[in-house]
Amino acid sequence: MTSVLLVAEIDDQGAISQTTLQAVTAANGLTSAEITAVVAGEATEPVTSLAVGKIVTISAIDDADIGVYDQATTDIAALVSSTKPDIVVFGKSDFGSIVGARLAFRSDSAFASDCIEISNADGTVKITRPVYGGSALAEFEISSTPAIVTLRAGAYEPDGETGSPAVEAFASNERASRTVSVTDTVSEARDGVRLEDANFVVSGGRGLGGPEPFSVLADLAQALDGAVGASRAACDAGWIDHSHQVGLTGKSVSPDVYIAIGISGASQHMAGCSSSRAIVAINKDADSNIFKEARFGVVGDWEKVLPSFLATVRELKA
Amino acid sequence: MTVRIVVLAKQVPDPETPPSQFKIDESTNSVIPANGVPPVVNGFDLNAVEAALRLRDSGADVEITVLSVGSDFVMDAMKKPLAMGADRLVLVDDAGLDKLDASATVKVLAAVIEKDGPFDLILGGRQASDWDQGHVALGLAEVLGLPLVSLVQKLEMDGASVSLQRVIPDGYQMITAPVPSILTITNELGEPRYPNLRGIMQASRKKPEILSLGDIGLTSDDLAPRLELKRLYVPESNRQVELIKGEDEADSGKKLALRLREEKLI
Ligand SMILES: Cc1cc2nc3c(=O)[nH]c(=O)nc-3n(C[C@H](O)[C@H](O)[C@H](O)COP(=O)(O)OP(=O)(O)OC[C@H]3O[C@@H](n4cnc5c(N)ncnc54)[C@H](O)[C@@H]3O)c2cc1C
Repeated sequence: MTSVLLVAEIDDQGAISQTTLQAVTAANGLTSAEITAVVAGEATEPVTSLAVGKIVTISAIDDADIGVYDQATTDIAALVSSTKPDIVVFGKSDFGSIVGARLAFRSDSAFASDCIEISNADGTVKITRPVYGGSALAEFEISSTPAIVTLRAGAYEPDGETGSPAVEAFASNERASRTVSVTDTVSEARDGVRLEDANFVVSGGRGLGGPEPFSVLADLAQALDGAVGASRAACDAGWIDHSHQVGLTGKSVSPDVYIAIGISGASQHMAGCSSSRAIVAINKDADSNIFKEARFGVVGDWEKVLPSFLATVRELKA
Repeated sequence: MTVRIVVLAKQVPDPETPPSQFKIDESTNSVIPANGVPPVVNGFDLNAVEAALRLRDSGADVEITVLSVGSDFVMDAMKKPLAMGADRLVLVDDAGLDKLDASATVKVLAAVIEKDGPFDLILGGRQASDWDQGHVALGLAEVLGLPLVSLVQKLEMDGASVSLQRVIPDGYQMITAPVPSILTITNELGEPRYPNLRGIMQASRKKPEILSLGDIGLTSDDLAPRLELKRLYVPESNRQVELIKGEDEADSGKKLALRLREEKLI
């Protein structure tokens, strides 16, 4: 029977991350056996209700390891070589992308990142992942073990199942050589809801023409209790901090409503928001790709469309 | 003392190719090059070249080697890093090398680096815009046993180490890494410089150093893929947009909000 190891990640609030909960759904679909989850990092919330058969905790990973993940890679590699899972599943995140790749090369095995679908038929793992910025989809087969994968945020839904796994601790006796050291962390201040968790996201692109209009977007986001996003073009121009970037190399969001203003809808941008329930576009170019992705749209100049949209939203919300 | 830097660079289809011209030959599972759209050096790799050049600008004595693995190289594209100011271009050019997966690419790069090294810094882009993976530099760090820092937006030489800023989802980390190290560079570093006329002239006179697989002691048997590509296709989109038209643009904005309310979206 296929054995699956899920690598669970703790988010910055001390809880199991959303991408992990999504990955549990995918991992449980790969085998009829109970899966094992390895929890890397210090959780402040209990992890024992996760819908898995067993939880293995690794505690050697501390704050100094964040971003470098030398010790995380060492410990998880030791666990993989002693338990020999057939499939190792991560959620795609900074952590999953680094540790997954390093683990694969360290254990000389196959790695597929940012998958949107995974299945397992008689020991052959099939995955689908977007390539060329999302312009194409590629299907791969992996027949060597372990198959190591990361799953794109939003590709699977948390299924709400809970379990009562046994918990055991694991410690590798290998210490990673700490040659790289993190000396400080500088965080962008955030007011309001986290972009990744927001039910409404209001994003602006190059079509905004400068930094000032982002304050109108912030007003709209505030009226909707949402968050402000941006295209890479707007971030690269310095109009808004890169922590707001949505897309392939930015954040993945899946709000109820994603409002794209002055954004052309390049595949790399859509990679970060296409799992939104509804995409709404305001763009002056009727032929813009964003109208191929959106459910509702207005063809027009945002400077004329947005003020009345915002005013009406405020009236409706009052 | 000269700091030897190697920048890993890949030739890719231009990611700005209009979607209507992006086509796939499903019988060979490969992209059909768009007419009149030449390939480019992967954008993040140019950010890495820029990072190396900034070290030179800041006064360090650096030698910048650009290293690429592939086939059917288009010199106009591949010489761009030279025109920006890099010193050498090393191409491993052999049949099928444009279709390697990450594990095979790492084998080839490691072999060249062993032969041509040692290098003080190995820089790569955060990922390539064709397969969007970002595995190669990370794998190379594992295979060569070197320290790794990904997503670097700023770097400075600091004696025998490098001071780095590494992008995280809500800000950045300050990191000190030893030399030698492997770093991946992200676009937050800033735009790659445009080559000037002098740079372009110099680049046109430089000859790339071309290696075959045999030159680095490998054969195609060493490069079997770990992931088997079964199908490559353009997904169909069947979304139908509902365009909201008011009497004028302001009215459209109002009607849009009302329509979203009707759908219980707001
Ligand atoms: C490897 C790779 C990774 C990438 N990752 C990302 C990513 O994570 N996120 C991302 O966003 N991009 C990413 N990109 C870049 C992406 O390809 C596009 O270049 C980018 O998304 C374009 O941003 P934009 O839509 O704001 O700008 P443009 O494409 O220039 O579009 C601007 C739009 O504004 C409209 N407009 C102009 N004026 C007005 C007006 N007054 N009113 C209304 N509309 C107006 C125009 O019609 C146009 O459609 C990536 C690219 C690569 C190669």
